[in-house]
Amino acid sequence: MINFQYVRANDVADAVRHIATDPTAKFIAGGTNLIDLMKDDVERPSRLIDISRLPLNTVEETTDGGLRIGALVPNSDLAYHPLVQSRYPLLTSAILAGASQQLRNMASTGGNLLQRTRCAYFYDTATPCNKRTPGSGCSAINGLNRIHAILGTSEACIATHPSDMCVALAALDATVHVTGPDGERTIMFADFHRLPGDTPQRDTNLRPNEIITAIALPAPRFVTNYSYLKIRDRLSYAFALVSIAAALELEGGTIADARLALGGVAHKPWRDTGAEAALRGQPANQATFTRAADLLLRDAKGFEHNAFKIDLARRGIARTLTQAANGTPQSQADKKVR
Amino acid sequence: MARTSTAARPSKQTIPTQDKISIALTVNNVERTLQVSPWTTLLDALRDHLELTGTKKGCDHGQCGACTVLVEGRRIISCLTLAVMKDGAKVTTIEGLAANGALHPLQQAFIDHDAFQCGYCTPGQICSAAGLLAEGKAKTVNEIRELMSGNICRCGAYPNIVAAIQQAMGQTGEKS
Repeated sequence: MINFQYVRANDVADAVRHIATDPTAKFIAGGTNLIDLMKDDVERPSRLIDISRLPLNTVEETTDGGLRIGALVPNSDLAYHPLVQSRYPLLTSAILAGASQQLRNMASTGGNLLQRTRCAYFYDTATPCNKRTPGSGCSAINGLNRIHAILGTSEACIATHPSDMCVALAALDATVHVTGPDGERTIMFADFHRLPGDTPQRDTNLRPNEIITAIALPAPRFVTNYSYLKIRDRLSYAFALVSIAAALELEGGTIADARLALGGVAHKPWRDTGAEAALRGQPANQATFTRAADLLLRDAKGFEHNAFKIDLARRGIARTLTQAANGTPQSQADKKVR
Repeated sequence: MARTSTAARPSKQTIPTQDKISIALTVNNVERTLQVSPWTTLLDALRDHLELTGTKKGCDHGQCGACTVLVEGRRIISCLTLAVMKDGAKVTTIEGLAANGALHPLQQAFIDHDAFQCGYCTPGQICSAAGLLAEGKAKTVNEIRELMSGNICRCGAYPNIVAAIQQAMGQTGEKS
């Protein structure tokens, strides 16, 4: 790890002041991804601003019946929070599908949104990577791209966003609260992460010197008919090849409303409102689920080693929607997919 | 957070070395003061500064769990933790689990069940299991396996590790 300066922020305003003074400074909270990237020389901050002691670690009910989750709430605390378990079980399930308990104990809510791709070429400073060094080229497009994206890719980058938690947050219409030099603003979750386009170095639409302070969830829905299915190369502690968050509101056997988002397939959590619209008003059966999957995957594009993901996603979507419709969500401990 | 490039700093540029920072840690119930650089990990502080070499450096990238210790009673990965960020914290390592000359129930259970071969992952396994017991979320074998998945055992002693943890859960239950 290279040398860097260290400073501890006293409050949010202090943190924003510190980051604005140094264009190569970074915030650090849990550090689970940043420290790793620094050890590999991928991230080279001149200064770390420690925000881990800021008072952003509470989960509070909001007046509209939703929740406001402080940006520093550890992933494990969020997953096991009684209000999250009872009102947003899809979020609990997605969080518990990711990383390990040690890492979830460290990783912050805000940091989870800001983790970088696990593309091996992004980590390998000996290879070109447009995300790490803009304009240097993409090693993955014609390289070992088994884990890479099938949706929303560009000629510059086919990396995926690695988070499980964010897939559930996308499905649940979360909003991201940020503070910057110009004050506070709120970003819809769908607008927070970016597709790579020709600027894959930018993962998110955070502006310079902004800090995430909270994630807000609207009043709970989808408490009964939901599931988060994560498909990966080993049963635990691995990033998703494909993951699916599905949530339904049923009236009899008919789908009144639906949420459908995927992880492991794109540069951002991939929610498709068109596929959700195709589910609405339809009978909750295999034909409906397959049609929605086909619609979601209509523009999917495989590369040399990851084309299998398209069929995996198609079957996974149908399976997860079936689990949701049956009210039998995927268990993250019992690995059997039913 | 909002930085647009990961390699913003030219590779040859040097940052003036920050003076070492004085931090206090209560390690295994003993208050220790040490001088660390900002980039010193908690793992290196324990092993190199405090000579507590029970905690192991496996991958040094948070992927193996060998460096697991307890901070304020919660299991964390010490190789991805900056020591300076834990100033004032209470840290428990494998050296601090035994009390009053008696092995911790997990240590005894690992011996009883032969829950290791080479032993390199064992301090991390036991500290992780101690965190698991404190959390109280794992009740079934599947839940133990899932919530211990952050600790890799290259020798493959997993069935015996699970059995050892089950034994310790029983002992803990009887005492409480």
